[in-house]
Amino acid sequence: MNQWTTICKHQELSENSGVCVLFEEQQVAVFYCKRSAALYAVSNFDPIAQANVISRGIMGSTQEQTYVASPLYKQRFDLNTGICLDSPEFALKTFSVRVEAEQVQLKKAG
Amino acid sequence: MQLSGFFSGKTADDLALTDAGYYQEHGINFVLNDKVIELDTNNNRVITSSGRIESYDKLVLATGSYPFVPPIPGSDQAHCHVYRTIDDLEAITESGKVSKTGVVIGGGLLGLEAANALSNLGLDTHVVEFAPRLMAVQLDNGGGALLRRKIEQLGVKVHTEKATSEITVGEFCRYRMNFADGSFLETDTIVFSAGIRPQDELARQFGLEVGERGGIVINDQCQTSVPNVYAVGECALWQGQIFGLVAPGYQMAKTAASHIKGEQLSFSGADMSTKLKLLGIDVASIGEVHGNTPGAQSYTFSDEIEQVYKRLIISQDGKKLVGAVLVGDAQAYGTLLQLLLNDMTLPDNPSVLILPDTGEENSAGLGIEALPDSASICSCFDVSKGDIKQAVAAGCCTMSDLKETTKASTGCGGCSALTKQVLDAELAALGFTVNNHICEHFAYSRQELTDIIRIKKISTFAQLLDSCGTGLGCEICKPAVGSILASYWNDYVLEDAHIELQDSNDLYLGNIQKDGTYSVVPRIAGGEITPDKLITLGQVANEFDLYTKITGGQRVDLFGAQLHELPAIWKKLVDAGFETGHAYGKSVRTVKSCVGSTWCRYGVDDSMALAVNIENRYKGLRSPHKIKFAVSGCTRECAEAQTKDIGIIATDKGWNMYVCGNGGMRPRHGDLFACDLDQQTLQSYIDRLLMFYIRTADRLQRTSVWLENLEGGLDYLKEVVIEDKLNLAAELEQEMQSNINNYQCEWKTTLQNPEKLKRFKHFVNSDTTDSHLAFELEREQRIPVKKVQQQSIKIIELTE
Repeated sequence: MNQWTTICKHQELSENSGVCVLFEEQQVAVFYCKRSAALYAVSNFDPIAQANVISRGIMGSTQEQTYVASPLYKQRFDLNTGICLDSPEFALKTFSVRVEAEQVQLKKAG
Repeated sequence: MQLSGFFSGKTADDLALTDAGYYQEHGINFVLNDKVIELDTNNNRVITSSGRIESYDKLVLATGSYPFVPPIPGSDQAHCHVYRTIDDLEAITESGKVSKTGVVIGGGLLGLEAANALSNLGLDTHVVEFAPRLMAVQLDNGGGALLRRKIEQLGVKVHTEKATSEITVGEFCRYRMNFADGSFLETDTIVFSAGIRPQDELARQFGLEVGERGGIVINDQCQTSVPNVYAVGECALWQGQIFGLVAPGYQMAKTAASHIKGEQLSFSGADMSTKLKLLGIDVASIGEVHGNTPGAQSYTFSDEIEQVYKRLIISQDGKKLVGAVLVGDAQAYGTLLQLLLNDMTLPDNPSVLILPDTGEENSAGLGIEALPDSASICSCFDVSKGDIKQAVAAGCCTMSDLKETTKASTGCGGCSALTKQVLDAELAALGFTVNNHICEHFAYSRQELTDIIRIKKISTFAQLLDSCGTGLGCEICKPAVGSILASYWNDYVLEDAHIELQDSNDLYLGNIQKDGTYSVVPRIAGGEITPDKLITLGQVANEFDLYTKITGGQRVDLFGAQLHELPAIWKKLVDAGFETGHAYGKSVRTVKSCVGSTWCRYGVDDSMALAVNIENRYKGLRSPHKIKFAVSGCTRECAEAQTKDIGIIATDKGWNMYVCGNGGMRPRHGDLFACDLDQQTLQSYIDRLLMFYIRTADRLQRTSVWLENLEGGLDYLKEVVIEDKLNLAAELEQEMQSNINNYQCEWKTTLQNPEKLKRFKHFVNSDTTDSHLAFELEREQRIPVKKVQQQSIKIIELTE
């Protein structure tokens, strides 16, 4: 059984920033880093601000970590692990994401 | 010396050293409007005119001084004033309204300040001095002569070696002053500034020892001839001298207080060196300049073209500084004063201390390291180099910290450059690299990035990162670079290349709220709005159920719009003739205005029209932080212009311009920048000042903090903007014009671009909306459902 679900076209992503997609009734923020040709997918819900805004944050890097800074209170979340760099007791759920034939796909949970 | 501040808009409260609250807090009972008329040193008590009797263990007399008016017949007439108290200044201002000509008698320091005041009141101003030169106490002949030349070029006429014998009725003016040499001068107003006399009446009357020419005699502990009675300040006579400056007064007060507490400070005289700006001219005098030191030799530098005079007087053996006179350029003051006060050895070739800076490293600058810890850096608040070192060690890293902690450089401000040098040297010594890099991705300050972008004509973040950055960028450098790019090229902020740079608000051209919805603020220039437009706002708010509030900037804010609603809302607003208000940007926000002379019976000029013009000129200008303006139509200041970045107040001769004020967390009154401007000049000053701010400020630095950190402060800013010292004015104006030419209403552009409109959806792959949002009603309007906040949210502070 195919575990990957197509959610949008690659060109619908926003370069070096995020968009929000609806995936299995969850809000998922998908980030596209053009500079490293990498994709990231995390939960769109900011656990600190309690609002669905993560996809509207600014992408950044510190040392080797790539993160998104929440647009509301600026906490940074590692895009690979989802862990909040500023308050590690908080974390975003992460999703596996890939591009297949110009289609962006998310992997269904186990 | 703060008195002249009154004429540049400071109030009596601003100038007061403290207030009633301070006394209350410290348990001090203070009595006003009750004069002490009897001093009973035998029974240790004082009696006042209202009959109050107070006894004391220790008594401090701080009765100050009064201005000396020479006994000239006719000197007691209605428009003859002294220059001393705020009442005097108000009386001078009143006289100024019914006068064309004004004379100051006395060409000393205070006299020249008074002349400046008269000249600012628009009077044809004269200075009459008994001695052969101006500032006879502080300057030598060469310095006095140059000062005179410069002052005369400013239109103030100087008459030296004139003794006034009487003041009679004038033929052309109100009064005629007859001089001892037979000549005369006619004038409508006279201000006496012929020195001070100690206020020693009480001491004299009740048997304390006073000097032959006045002054309560004190010893090194500030005790008078009665040991439990002290005298401090200008009423006190120490070793035959009266000290008419602030710093020695503070020093005496400290000495007396320490003696009362049983400690052992002593007053050992005070350095009377002075540096000041008189009618815009730098003048400084250090040490002894009248050739009273045997064997002293001197160096003189005189530049008639630039009008600079500097004389250095050194000891016979050439090793120590005796004194110095600086006119036209007083930059060397700090260095020279330290050499004198700390009795330091001069460099091998002392002339470098006064020679103009040739741009090469020479020894003119005094190595800060060479100063002993005891060296006084700020004489107003008696802050030593040691005090600053301590403060830095305790964590002060910026000038603002240091000012707050030590008060250094918050009095006359003359020591600010020196204080900054000590700060930097200390930080370096403690191993801090004084690093102003914007973040880990760019090893440059915001100002340097601005230069790189401007000079290399860089137009995208990607180009900048390639040319001088590392990594991916971050939430610090991206918006900062976005702002710089917008300031210079003013592209549409949602161009593909710029989207990643836009912070929470700019990204969707709205102000993000706590639940992720946005507020909408259309521009209402100057707060002026037609009824039809107001109705449109109401209709739009109604249709989209938006919570509606009037803002502090005289506009209307509509809250609770969801991402997908923004285009429809803006379509209606743009169709009705509204433009974006840029409330979401670090950019020009509003020009607040009173209604002005159109309606107001007090209005002096048309503040409304000016406000609308200014707002339309600068709208959309992106800057290091938000910029607010206000225009008031008269001095009643209903628009609160002095709390804005740029404040403009109508006068009967034009517009006064105030700069770098702000409200908010740390309020600051704007500084008076220029007076009585016509609209064209006003506009060019605003152009230059704002572009200079954009070019040199740090990220998220308001104009107030920018000015406080600008080396040279307000005077320097005036030199750059008004006198065009850096030869930048034309370039800055041209940059502003180019920004203005590229103005666009970002919402109008967005509405015409179907690709960009696609961004305004909650999901890229669904038309549904954010199901998490929930609203309730409060006072008949829709607000987000109130959640019980479990714990306070830690806000990551990106501003300084």
